Amino acid sequence: MDKTILPYIISGISVGGQYALIAIGYTMVYGILRLINFAHGDVFMVSGLLMVYLAAALPLTVAIPLVIILTVLLGFTIERVAYRPLRTAPRMSVMISAIGVSYLLQNLALYITGGLNKNYPQIPWISDRVTVLGMETSRVTIITPFLTIILVVLLVLLINHTKIGMAMRAVSLNFETSQLMGIRINSVISATFIIGTFLAAVGSMLFFTNYPGVVPTSGAMPGLKAFVAAVFGGIGSIPGAVIGAFIIGICESLIKGLDTILIVNGTITEQIGLATFSDAFTFVLLIIILVFKPTGLFGEKTTDKV
Amino acid sequence: MLEVKDLHVSYGGIRALRGVNIEVPDGKIVTLIGANGAGKSTMLRTISGLVKAEKGSIVYNGKEILGMPINKILELGIAMVPEGRRVFTNLSVLENLKIGAYLRKDKAEIQKDIEWVYELFPRLQERSWQMAGTLSGGEQQMLAVGRALMSRPKLMMMDEPSLGLAPLVVKGIFEIIREINRQGVTVLLIEQNANMALKTADLAYVLETGEITLQGTGAELLTNEAVKRAYLGE
Repeated sequence: MDKTILPYIISGISVGGQYALIAIGYTMVYGILRLINFAHGDVFMVSGLLMVYLAAALPLTVAIPLVIILTVLLGFTIERVAYRPLRTAPRMSVMISAIGVSYLLQNLALYITGGLNKNYPQIPWISDRVTVLGMETSRVTIITPFLTIILVVLLVLLINHTKIGMAMRAVSLNFETSQLMGIRINSVISATFIIGTFLAAVGSMLFFTNYPGVVPTSGAMPGLKAFVAAVFGGIGSIPGAVIGAFIIGICESLIKGLDTILIVNGTITEQIGLATFSDAFTFVLLIIILVFKPTGLFGEKTTDKV
Repeated sequence: MLEVKDLHVSYGGIRALRGVNIEVPDGKIVTLIGANGAGKSTMLRTISGLVKAEKGSIVYNGKEILGMPINKILELGIAMVPEGRRVFTNLSVLENLKIGAYLRKDKAEIQKDIEWVYELFPRLQERSWQMAGTLSGGEQQMLAVGRALMSRPKLMMMDEPSLGLAPLVVKGIFEIIREINRQGVTVLLIEQNANMALKTADLAYVLETGEITLQGTGAELLTNEAVKRAYLGE
């Protein structure tokens, strides 16, 4: 019984960690700009493609940092070009701009790749097979949750104990008063995008290592899942996004293995295709949260006094 | 010395200020009184750099500050206590004070100023680790003033500090304004509580629909018949 469930839980924790790294980008940008950055999942995909092309031309020791730097630069540029000019525009305009950027990135990727699946390079060591608790898996599966937790702890420390972190919290509450303190809100917003895309770049390396390749729509599904995780945890809350991502990752993975688990259990005798519902589960969850607890697990309580 | 000359500001299609002239001499308490919508807040928001003007000039110690970015104006020594206090409710009291010193790099001096603010407002020290959102209205006003002081301003602008506070608390706030002024900070105060403001101020201006209609010392305006009728309810 345990031997049947364990691999699914371990792989779920790993996928959850990858979702978490993407979800933080959604939740931080929402926290500061009140914007759902629809392009975030596509930035994640572009990061995957960058790795494909750069790893083909350069040694990995150069390619990996370069991919991270270029992804961060992309996130920074998107904010500069597509969101900053709309700073005083209604929120809906910025959101539409985000959707535009999302399609732009997907179509650029389609143009460059010709829509073909691009094989993701093998990253030595982290792609290696290892045996843990009697089950065989790739090392990345084991590393992901630990790396995620380390990055999240560092991020929380940054936000709670540094000057820029304090400025981020201030800006997330009120632009105008923050400006009166001398905070340049544009720099703070840029910093937020830089952190968010950095984490997405790391997430993309962990994610695509486990998958055969990258296509222009590769970012859409993980992006959506991470978004649901952020909403589930309470959008704007970093711990919320991380916990939401782990829960979604584990549940999804368990549903994927539900047939096998039930067969071993003796409940059913043959595959009945429950795995098909693993994606549906995430979105049903989204609807349930939005209906019953729109602020999510740790969402901001709206304390606006009138 | 702050000199505002022929200041015109419009926003949202409304001409909020129509050629305003005021002077704020160093070391004084100057007040701007007027009804809702007279343009008082616009005045302070324009000086602080939050709002752009159409024409006119704002000269502070010989420097034209109109059009300067907000952080530069703050660096010159003009700080603002915004209307409705606007403390950072998601930050602790101490962090609110620290963020007031955001542009300063002199750590030791910042620490001294925190002590100074705690001396002025012992209540804030008692609550230094509390989230600012848990403070009462009066305490939040103290914090907003303390936060502005943390930038070591030479001129502190206050937008309706008495708004929504109990009369006893308002009295305390005005005592603090006088105390801060005694310590060398020039104060530009806008108020609907004309009685309190005029009693506290050295100089006063009356702003009506974007224009200055009266000016004089606080004591003069307190006895002015028109002011009495319109703002003091006598």
